[in-house]
Amino acid sequence: MTTTRIVDTPPARPAVDEAPLKRQRRNRALLQAACILISLFMLVPIYLISLAALSTRESLNEFPLSLLPTNLSFETLRAFLGSTGIIGAFGNSLIVGLGTLLISALIGVPAGYALARFAFPAKEPYQLFLLFTRALPIVVLSVPLARLFLTVDLYDTTYAVILLHTALALPTTILISASVFLSVPIDVEEAARVFGCTPAGAFLKVVLPMALPGLAAASIFTFVMSWNEVLGASILTLDHRTLPAQVLTSLSDSPLAYRFAGGFALVIPSIIFIAFMRRYLTNMWGSTIR
Amino acid sequence: MTVDLPPAPAQLDTPARPRRIPPAVLLIAPSIVFMALLLGWPVIQGVLQAFRSDDGFTLEFVTRMVQDPYFWPAVRNTLLLIAVMIPLQFAFAITMALLLRSNPRLDKVHFFVWAIPLALSDLAAGLVWLSIFNDRGYLNSVLASLGIDTIPWLAYDNPTTLFLCVLVAEVWRSTSLVLVIVVSGLQGIPKDYDEAAQVFGAGFWQRLRHVTLPLLKPSLQVALILRTILAFQTFAVAQALTGQNFPLVVGETYRWYTGLQNPNVAAALALVILVASMLISIFYLRALRDKGQEGTR
Repeated sequence: MTTTRIVDTPPARPAVDEAPLKRQRRNRALLQAACILISLFMLVPIYLISLAALSTRESLNEFPLSLLPTNLSFETLRAFLGSTGIIGAFGNSLIVGLGTLLISALIGVPAGYALARFAFPAKEPYQLFLLFTRALPIVVLSVPLARLFLTVDLYDTTYAVILLHTALALPTTILISASVFLSVPIDVEEAARVFGCTPAGAFLKVVLPMALPGLAAASIFTFVMSWNEVLGASILTLDHRTLPAQVLTSLSDSPLAYRFAGGFALVIPSIIFIAFMRRYLTNMWGSTIR
Repeated sequence: MTVDLPPAPAQLDTPARPRRIPPAVLLIAPSIVFMALLLGWPVIQGVLQAFRSDDGFTLEFVTRMVQDPYFWPAVRNTLLLIAVMIPLQFAFAITMALLLRSNPRLDKVHFFVWAIPLALSDLAAGLVWLSIFNDRGYLNSVLASLGIDTIPWLAYDNPTTLFLCVLVAEVWRSTSLVLVIVVSGLQGIPKDYDEAAQVFGAGFWQRLRHVTLPLLKPSLQVALILRTILAFQTFAVAQALTGQNFPLVVGETYRWYTGLQNPNVAAALALVILVASMLISIFYLRALRDKGQEGTR
């Protein structure tokens, strides 16, 4: 029996079916091609807005437009940056983003720590409450808040926008920092306590340094959210607009070149943000699944 | 009787526990106060603003909202956009995640590129695609140089292309959020299941349908809730691409508030969004619980 089998196989060998191997190779090639296609779909619009923002006004008026960077100039961008309110709006965006980051970290990180380390009576309802608040649309908050801020003289200040953005970012900050703290082993904290640290000391000297990279990524995330938020910022301010709000409100009465330059100015920071955050992207979003 | 004694020392230890509660409460109290003030209070105020005038309860603002000629088109556009966009971008995102999972060359670079729109505002996305879709934009330039008639993509009398433009821009921008959630969900699934199914002769579609997708369900549900709620808030894309020609509910809120200076009707419109978001969340959470979600968490 065994001998016949051995005798049977050698003739089969030259006739090895190569079709599966070929199919696999072809599939790999198709996979690569699909990836490149999707990357092109993502990148080409960014290339085109950059091209539009870096062309002169005259070359934007030509038709058909050239798809290659033949006529690069900073004229359009310079005109955009020079138009009224843009530089100030950049500053306001920075202030609002940093303020939001700061306040939401101050309030959110302790709460995240409590969520990760302590068992407290209302933990489940609290978590549900957080999930619920993430579902609150910005519009619902902005319109009533505008009236509230009018009465307390906060309307049309960057503080108003900071408060709104912090309220929007807080649930996410809490959930993300909770998951960051969960990933710091509780043993190291207990070891610090055994060696004589106070709870606060153990937190500051041991847990915080270990959690810092994750928390930093979460802060960038908060900053990005604030940097991008359009509707609330344009409802809550008149003269102290953030950059997206400024671009939005001047949309209808501005030339195409201005809009393209505005789009470019909004796109470039986001590429930088993602470059900073890319290692944490899946961790952070994975962690919010709770 | 003597068996009851051992619990006694344990009860001596428990007084330490109630003392552990205060730090937790201290730590979460600021967040609760802050959110009650800046999330809870405005919602209540919003309801009051929509239904109360100087002389008590009124439906005046709701009637004005409903009678506005832009209201029903805005509702229809919003729902249509969600109904077409969500399935489309989930199919797209799952495809992208599976492509990444098959370890293509340069997968890190591809993932980075696909994640870029995650940090883009919808206003930026609208402006980016405006450079492509406007009458003398890049798409028409390509068509013209190929000798094909150009199409006025963003003309107000062309609702189909208007919708398509907004759809493409939104899919381009917001799919990366779904992608990142799905990718992180896939990372939590051991490849063994897939390989086991393969050993037993399951084809690609069978494995996707019976192995990968069921295991991905928790991630997909979170993504679904988040995306649908965010999709209700789509607004600046349409504003940047079409101005007033493709009204969406949130865009209408903005118009009533800034253009028509009527915060009450704006508040009523905002409530429409709120109720829709709530209903959708409850619907998804129900659907999530019915399918025995408890086991996965």
